[in-house]
Amino acid sequence: MNAQALFTAYTTIVLREIRRFTRIWAQTLLPPAVTMTLYFIIFGNLIGSRIGEMGGFDYMSFIVPGLIMMSVITSSYANVVSSFFSMKFQRSVEELLVSPVPNWVILAGYVTGGMARGLSIGVIVTMLSLAFTRLQIHNLPMVVVTVFLTSALFAVGGFINALLATKFDDVSIVPTFVLTPLTYLGGVFYSINLLPEFWQSVSMANPILYMVNGFRFGILGVSDVNPFVSLGMILAFIVALSFVALKLLARGKGIRH
Amino acid sequence: MTNALEIEGLTKTYGSGFEALKGIDLKVAQGDFFALLGPNGAGKSTTLGIVCSLVTKTAGKVKVFGCDIDTHLSDAKLNLGVVPQEFNFNQFEKVFDIVTIQAGYYGIPLKKAAVSAEKYLRKLGLWDKRDTPARMLSGGMKRRLMIARALVHEPKLLILDEPTAGVDIELRRSMWAFLEEMNRQGTTIILTTHYLEEAEELCRSIAIIDHGRIIRNTSKRELLQQLSLETFLLDADRVLTTVPELDGFSCRLDDEGVLEVDVLKGQSLNDVFMQLEQQGIRVVSMRTKANRLEELFIRMVEHNAPAAKAEADE
Repeated sequence: MNAQALFTAYTTIVLREIRRFTRIWAQTLLPPAVTMTLYFIIFGNLIGSRIGEMGGFDYMSFIVPGLIMMSVITSSYANVVSSFFSMKFQRSVEELLVSPVPNWVILAGYVTGGMARGLSIGVIVTMLSLAFTRLQIHNLPMVVVTVFLTSALFAVGGFINALLATKFDDVSIVPTFVLTPLTYLGGVFYSINLLPEFWQSVSMANPILYMVNGFRFGILGVSDVNPFVSLGMILAFIVALSFVALKLLARGKGIRH
Repeated sequence: MTNALEIEGLTKTYGSGFEALKGIDLKVAQGDFFALLGPNGAGKSTTLGIVCSLVTKTAGKVKVFGCDIDTHLSDAKLNLGVVPQEFNFNQFEKVFDIVTIQAGYYGIPLKKAAVSAEKYLRKLGLWDKRDTPARMLSGGMKRRLMIARALVHEPKLLILDEPTAGVDIELRRSMWAFLEEMNRQGTTIILTTHYLEEAEELCRSIAIIDHGRIIRNTSKRELLQQLSLETFLLDADRVLTTVPELDGFSCRLDDEGVLEVDVLKGQSLNDVFMQLEQQGIRVVSMRTKANRLEELFIRMVEHNAPAAKAEADE
């Protein structure tokens, strides 16, 4: 396939993914909007007003970047894992496997589709947050780069999960037992400086901490970790997971007999 | 001339240890209408699955129009269109989208894909259903949708795995006419089917696979010439109650008083009619008891069974 044909194949996958999640918007776009609004009301307004400042900002302002990032992470991951696994389940993945689309284009197409949903949710949640607080942007390039890379990383993660999953239960295990705890313990609701030294060190092993703090730095200008270390970590994870995903695709793991 | 498909020493052992293919060699000429026949579990779908890269091979070579799937997989796939045995499209997508998306995977831009999709959806009687979600289609329509999808990139080799399974007679015949037209226009077609009447009607070459080995690979004409005995059912002008004496022929009455006559290769049916006429019995209609290819197929597979069992026991 020449470059033009590869681009057509790539855009076909991406547009198909975007059509899919917009067609079922009530399942894909609405729930995170509702959940995050509740977070803003309960944690930000009701409880936050009693907590006072954190990291030099009022509590609502402090948690907004984390909540935006949390919704981006969850949606990017969920889009790819559910879409690709349902293709496996319905066997419509065979449409792709018999075609000449190279594996890297398949991966890129699904990851971009996941990012499209993740970033759409990010925009929706950001707009909602404006009803509760005034968002200032400390470093726009940092905000954009961090959110794009984080979304890409979790979309790749969702793709690997979909390849390895053999039943619907396997699709929800990672989000429930890995992603959610890591996100909640990744400094969305608190600064790790509040933790005892030992737990601060443990927290540093949580990759989501770097993403949340990188994004928070872009918005508020404060971070528990060096924001450039955050970017480096995200990039390293993207490279490593993409390598794993391409290896699994080449072996036909979960998709070829 | 390059063959449409060349398979050499193809083997497949699944993770469970089951040896589905035990060294298959097969050649399909360009423009041929080829049937791959075999009982359930013989290795038909595994063979075609490897050609379409849905199944990974254990060993052997596969070339599609000279493109080796190990070294030129993308080129090989561009020449291939696949109609699988089971429905494998997204049930929630619309008919038109399913076909144009498939074209997109082959690098065909939407504008061009839309023209090709319309052409095949019209030919297969699905144009009126283009905006219908696939799940709303009948079984026959879903089968035709898979054919339109497989053809949208104009492949030179079309592979159909039991394309008319569960399709009514009328629709089956219209699908046969469509496939014959595609073949006349130059598309090489390989099909597997359990309807041996279908293979006899459509195909020029036939391979029979059993227990992972090709036990016969020849032209249909040559294969049918091997048929040494055919059984005819003769309807007399009255219900027969006793078996007439027919010199040189074995005959018997079935449950409804219809005469069954075995005719060996080289014998003439005219002899049967003359002898019956002499006994005052007139034949008003006749038909073969079983499809000719079916008889041969059953005989070959039964003949191969002891060897396959002995091999499995080793």
